[in-house]
Amino acid sequence: MLIKINRDKCTGCESCIQSCPFDSIVMKDEKAEITETCQFCRSCLNVCPEGAIYEIEEASDKKEKEEGSGVWVYAEQRDGVIAGVSFELLGAGRGLANKLGTEVSAVLFGATEADARELIRWGADRVYHCGDELVRTFNDEPYADLLSGLIQQYRPEIVLAGATPIGRSFIPRVAARLKAGLTADCTSLEIDEDSKNLLQVRPAFGGNIMATILCPHTRPQMATVRPRVMKRGEYDESRQGEIIPVKTDNVRSRTKVIETIKEVSDISVNLQEANVIVSGGRGTGGEKGFKLLHELAEALGASLGASRAAVDEGWIPYRHQVGQTGKTVGPKIYIACGISGAVQHVVGMQSSDIIVAINKNPEAPIFNIATYGIVGDLFEIVPMLTKKIKEAKGL
Amino acid sequence: MRIIVCIKQVPDTAEVRINPETNTLIRDGVPSIINPYDTHAIEAGLQIKEKTGGKVTVLTMGPPQAESALREALSMGADEAVLLTDRAFAGSDTWATAYTLAKAIEHIGADVILCGKQAIDGDTAQVGPETAEFLDIPHIAYIRKIDDIAEGRIVVQRLMDDGYDVVESSLPVLLTVVRELNVPRMPSLKGKMAAKKAEIRKLSAADIGAAEESLGLKGSPTQVRNIFAPEVKTDRKMFEGTAEEKVDALIKELVGQKCL
Ligand SMILES: Cc1cc2nc3c(=O)[nH]c(=O)nc-3n(C[C@H](O)[C@H](O)[C@H](O)COP(=O)(O)OP(=O)(O)OC[C@H]3O[C@@H](n4cnc5c(N)ncnc54)[C@H](O)[C@@H]3O)c2cc1C
Ligand SMILES: Nc1ncnc2c1ncn2[C@@H]1O[C@H](COP(=O)(O)O)[C@@H](O)[C@H]1O
Repeated sequence: MLIKINRDKCTGCESCIQSCPFDSIVMKDEKAEITETCQFCRSCLNVCPEGAIYEIEEASDKKEKEEGSGVWVYAEQRDGVIAGVSFELLGAGRGLANKLGTEVSAVLFGATEADARELIRWGADRVYHCGDELVRTFNDEPYADLLSGLIQQYRPEIVLAGATPIGRSFIPRVAARLKAGLTADCTSLEIDEDSKNLLQVRPAFGGNIMATILCPHTRPQMATVRPRVMKRGEYDESRQGEIIPVKTDNVRSRTKVIETIKEVSDISVNLQEANVIVSGGRGTGGEKGFKLLHELAEALGASLGASRAAVDEGWIPYRHQVGQTGKTVGPKIYIACGISGAVQHVVGMQSSDIIVAINKNPEAPIFNIATYGIVGDLFEIVPMLTKKIKEAKGL
Repeated sequence: MRIIVCIKQVPDTAEVRINPETNTLIRDGVPSIINPYDTHAIEAGLQIKEKTGGKVTVLTMGPPQAESALREALSMGADEAVLLTDRAFAGSDTWATAYTLAKAIEHIGADVILCGKQAIDGDTAQVGPETAEFLDIPHIAYIRKIDDIAEGRIVVQRLMDDGYDVVESSLPVLLTVVRELNVPRMPSLKGKMAAKKAEIRKLSAADIGAAEESLGLKGSPTQVRNIFAPEVKTDRKMFEGTAEEKVDALIKELVGQKCL
């Protein structure tokens, strides 16, 4: 595909220039021209009042679509514990498989057969399980070899994995080897009704824009998803499925894990598992404000989160930070106090079920994504809320 | 030690905004910078060279304007800069980018390749590991410390969700780095003068012997179908009245939703 500008029709009005997210349209001799930085995102196609911008198909656009069937979820474990994101992906994978009329399989390296069965209860029809000692600890090359081999053998059409340090490290190797398209950090996955392609939506430019990505010709279509972005499916104790043991005989690895050091704080674990989060930003004004949030959190049995501004000010440690460079959270209730709602913060909490915003500025962008909004001073609202919640709970 | 640092020129995304009415980006005056993570990769390259000797080459694939990013890297102390530029590279996704970078790296030759953890425009963190795969060498992602490096062997700390792993690898190896690794140095005056005059080596698709069908849009399995502004919730409730009335209304809603 190519995007072209008809120079005869172009009046030099420049209205297309701003439409380009990549700065790829320039004025040359008073006519618009598309430069080589064009990413073919089509943003400019409809903005020209003269209809001078058009796309042309090339022979290579009409490639045969590769074959494949079934939705796969790479289920990640560390120290024998399956990561929560795996269950979330099974929920998402189930939805996609239903639309495609196909099955969901999980792939598990390490852990036990009992864990594999647990994946079936969370929605898998089939689990490819390698329980060999050799893949107990994560190592890029053996993991990439094993997963690529399975994909080549069984040819799924979709492969999903968690956007965790493990998934983000070895899944790209698999995609490179198989010449498969891979889309990172998807926030929504849908099936296109007509083409049956996977529509992968993800934030770009630090969350300032969203993009829909497709892999029109190649299979499998691969995507990673951050933890806590998708919802878990139904847990069904009685669900039956098949476990297919996978063997590794020749693992090659030029890297070796010498030692694993744990540095987790309870707080950061709590934050990602929390049902309720009370989160504070620059509007808390300092430790005094955070004390009020602490009391509210206590009354609610909630964990404490923060914006980067509050962390940068040194009012609360980094491990509480929510957002693009902090944690992604998805609690039932997220109460944002004195947080403006910058995109970098929002990408880390927008999948919360209920978002309560307390902010004294009615124009604050946080209200755009809030379920419930209170315009007001947090120093007045928060203590009152704490008191009334205690009363309501009979404390 | 032959060290190659892959850097990307990106718009300073903190300043990019979308106009929700027209669905277009507002990018007036948005400056181009070296991807922040890549400045840590440059610093790491310079420190390795200081320890083991050798040469630091900075490499970027991009339009001719990306030359300014290379000059900045030279002013920090890199020895050589290579600009991979060709119309055939246009529209590359991470697969095609990694393929192209790998071809260039093979052409130049390297023992250690350094990348940023991710580029802040795409945020994919895929190009590093994919490049390693094309080169058929190991990679270690999210490096927060280099414990030891010698001929043929490196030991590093890899950041994980629950702490870190100490990982050993043979060379050549590709590393992707996080911010905690180091503090990038400022360009020196002398460095700036030298960078201004330095010659930038340009490589085209033909120079690196790349296969045409693997390049650019044609070589990219993924395609951007469209872009749009993040959505705005329309069913939100704003509470009115006195502070107390608002708080009461909120509690009533939360109780109604069985949240309390
Ligand atoms: C690359 C990059 C990554 C980033 N990553 C993150 C990230 O992971 N997480 C993150 O949070 N940010 C991140 N940021 C920063 C982000 O852009 C914002 O700067 C930050 O989220 C703002 O924090 P804030 O809302 O607390 O502060 P501000 O934007 O200053 O907002 C304070 C808010 O408090 C309100 N307020 C003030 N006083 C009161 C009061 N008494 N009562 C009620 N309301 C009051 C104000 O009206 C205002 O809306 C990142 C930025 C960049 C460039
Ligand atoms: N066009 C490019 N030229 C050189 N290096 C790149 C390019 N794109 C990505 N990289 C490297 O790959 C890293 C990860 O980028 P990304 O996968 O786009 O998030 C960056 O930090 C760079 O080190």
